[in-house]
Amino acid sequence: MTRIVLTVNGERHEATDLWGGESLLTLLRDSLELPGSKNACEQGECGSCSVLLDGELVCACLVLAAQSDGHEVVTIEGLADGDELHPVQQAFVETGAVQCGFCTPGLVVAVADLLERTPSPSEDEMREALSGNVCRCTGYVKIFDAVRLAAERAT
Amino acid sequence: MDVLTPRNLDEALRLKSDLPEARFVLGGTDVMVELNFRASRPPALVNLAELGELRGFTTDGGELRLGAGLTYTEALSGRLAERLPALAEASRTVGSPQIRNRGTIGGNLGTASPAGDALPPLLVERARVELASVRGVRILPLEEFLLGVKRTALAPDELVTAVRLTPSGGPQTFMKVGPRNAMVIAICSLAVVVDDEAGEVRAAFGSAAETAIRVTVPLDEAGALPERVATAASPIDDVRATAAYRRHALRVLAQRALARCLR
Repeated sequence: MTRIVLTVNGERHEATDLWGGESLLTLLRDSLELPGSKNACEQGECGSCSVLLDGELVCACLVLAAQSDGHEVVTIEGLADGDELHPVQQAFVETGAVQCGFCTPGLVVAVADLLERTPSPSEDEMREALSGNVCRCTGYVKIFDAVRLAAERAT
Repeated sequence: MDVLTPRNLDEALRLKSDLPEARFVLGGTDVMVELNFRASRPPALVNLAELGELRGFTTDGGELRLGAGLTYTEALSGRLAERLPALAEASRTVGSPQIRNRGTIGGNLGTASPAGDALPPLLVERARVELASVRGVRILPLEEFLLGVKRTALAPDELVTAVRLTPSGGPQTFMKVGPRNAMVIAICSLAVVVDDEAGEVRAAFGSAAETAIRVTVPLDEAGALPERVATAASPIDDVRATAAYRRHALRVLAQRALARCLR
């Protein structure tokens, strides 16, 4: 198929020879060597592949790779500033919100998106915003602690 | 498998006419699942995401035209939510923020699942579907568009381009039964609107027949609605619930919806 050009974490990337039905998630992980976004359910149920597409939170597994042509993607790899963690990442570390870690990249991206739009979310807003991110270690208590801590520091 | 990305609607309609076997994709929340699970291998994919013509909504007098690419996130807040509150409520129950940011009203119509969350609220507002092809545009009432489980009146060369409706302005609501408040396929769902001007109460239910179905009763017989809804339903037993449960739940939802809307 034809060549696509997209911006990922501020950098221009080019991809060729994609299979037509390939997802943005496969493109990121297999071609662009950005394995931070995780591949689990491949049907938009788990949120572990959450990325920002033109500033909107999406499941990368449900975006056709070709649809990212000419668009801007931010992945978990793009949140930290060099060695300095993103405030949401820092809050996850400090509250112990990471168990096995598989859901963490998607959750961090989803929380960063929430706090960008709603800097002081209510409990209900937090739950609704993270309703599409599943943690099979069921570490939700610590995850919500992390959201509260990051929100507190941001205001 | 080729991916073609038309830059305007005319180009897209030409592709639909030339490649009726191609799969057209916008939000991807249904199509990508089929591709990821190898359930579908169409000869070509047509990416509709660059068509401005399908985006957002417009107002023409009292009529609203919702572009097929209108997302649930766009439908659940702001000016549109004020005019179509039941659709906004239904949109808020769809999937998760990630799904609502991508999933579209047009996709819900095209997929035509009996559980499509946007269908009951659109049916009670007497929505019409705009279908376009190189031959022209035709408008079908939504109830004539929905033919069966994932079956519609869409011709092979047609594309759903919009939904048109004139909001009733009446008190309305949407309710959905499922094991949680997010990421749930409806066990059953119900939208109700009390339309004083038309002198009737309209209800539409989902996940309890081959399509979403509308039931109308005169305003002065509103009390009969729960039984009418339960009678109109033809639910099945499946992994999510029994037919008997669905029928019972619809009766209860109709009572609650009436209490909410007839205040």
